[in-house]
Amino acid sequence: MGIQNNSAIPASQITRLHELVYELEISQVMTREVITVTPQTSMTEVREILQRHRISGIPVLEHGELVGIISIEDLIKALAGGEMDARVGEKMTPNPIVLSANEPLVLSVDYFNRYGFGRFPIVNEQGKMVGILTPSDVTQGLLKKLEVEYHEEEIRRYRASHIFEDVISDHTSIFLHYIIASRDFKQAGAASRNIKRTLTHLGIPRPIIRRAAIATYEAEINIIIHTDDFGGLITAEIRPDAIIIGALDLGPGIADVEQAKRRGFSTAPDWIREMGFGAGMGLTNIEKCADEMYLESPFGSRTTLRVTIYMDEHLPIGRREA
Amino acid sequence: MKFREIIAIVKGELITKIAKLDMDVTHISAADLMSDVLAFAEPESILLTGLCNPQVVCTAEMADIVAIIFVRDKKPPPETISLAEEERIPLVSTPYSMFEACGCLYQAGLRDIHIPDE
Repeated sequence: MGIQNNSAIPASQITRLHELVYELEISQVMTREVITVTPQTSMTEVREILQRHRISGIPVLEHGELVGIISIEDLIKALAGGEMDARVGEKMTPNPIVLSANEPLVLSVDYFNRYGFGRFPIVNEQGKMVGILTPSDVTQGLLKKLEVEYHEEEIRRYRASHIFEDVISDHTSIFLHYIIASRDFKQAGAASRNIKRTLTHLGIPRPIIRRAAIATYEAEINIIIHTDDFGGLITAEIRPDAIIIGALDLGPGIADVEQAKRRGFSTAPDWIREMGFGAGMGLTNIEKCADEMYLESPFGSRTTLRVTIYMDEHLPIGRREA
Repeated sequence: MKFREIIAIVKGELITKIAKLDMDVTHISAADLMSDVLAFAEPESILLTGLCNPQVVCTAEMADIVAIIFVRDKKPPPETISLAEEERIPLVSTPYSMFEACGCLYQAGLRDIHIPDE
């Protein structure tokens, strides 16, 4: 893949950096204001430009077209050979290797490693030069992006995780409500994903979040599969000591709760099975995730499911009500 | 084992912008039944599946699955890919069948869930 990897660097950091190398485009980190010279520029002028701008290479343009690159190495050779009166056109590297602005940054990392050059001119789709990229552009671009993300995440996490301390009341809890449409598989999981995201922002331990997320998702899928036209409601009450997931719907209810809990029993239609659900494991899965589970579902009437998950990880899992 | 090595073992092709090539993975789950994944998959494991709908990504997100490999060269629809990118879950497509892919990864030392010693 062309990325040099040093396994001594903490994996978490490396992972995000590697992702960014794929996500960012070259155009997002390149230097856009490029100093250029022409083939007629003298090497003496090149020296002045390199010194003044503290750069190590300059693209050479003729009538707006990129024709070469003149670098500090070329200048040193000219100095050593006493050829400072020579023109750039004679000393430059012609037809330089270029990169496209819309390529992922990872390609440039590969190019720097492969060719050992200190810079690449960047061109747009029409082949016009629109910027230049050095290894320091890559590093700075990545660091800047990491820093921005880190700050955003910090602020979000700080605000969220302190909410229970900042709010003064006898009982503080956060209520989340999601309306679930019947048979709308396109939206399936939206409520669960949002609940999971909220729990993550609140800084709740991951094993707890995972159990809440799985229970919610199974309950959400059940509402989508089994309810009549009215659909149902998913709620999450987040308290300092517990998460209580609720799933309510207006029917048709469960004919035989014990049968429904039996692994492998399902009344789901084929199209649901094709989606990877409807194998009769929903309620069992929910029960497995819950510290307490309450299910009331008289056939022909509304169904109420309540799942409690305690925040204290040390509570024995499986402290459930029958 | 690094994710990049796992991709190489199954001759996989990355199909998301999200890569996470250097994450360490020790467990694999293989299932077409999403409830099985929710019930039994090891957190931080990679899911091998033949299903391509967005619910696979949603299931993976709920179960803390870190990447998904689609068997038999299946390419998921755009809505699956965009959800995966939103949830930061890399997707890979392998030409191998479920059986072959599992076999290769097992041979390379990867395992399913922790099975307690008898």
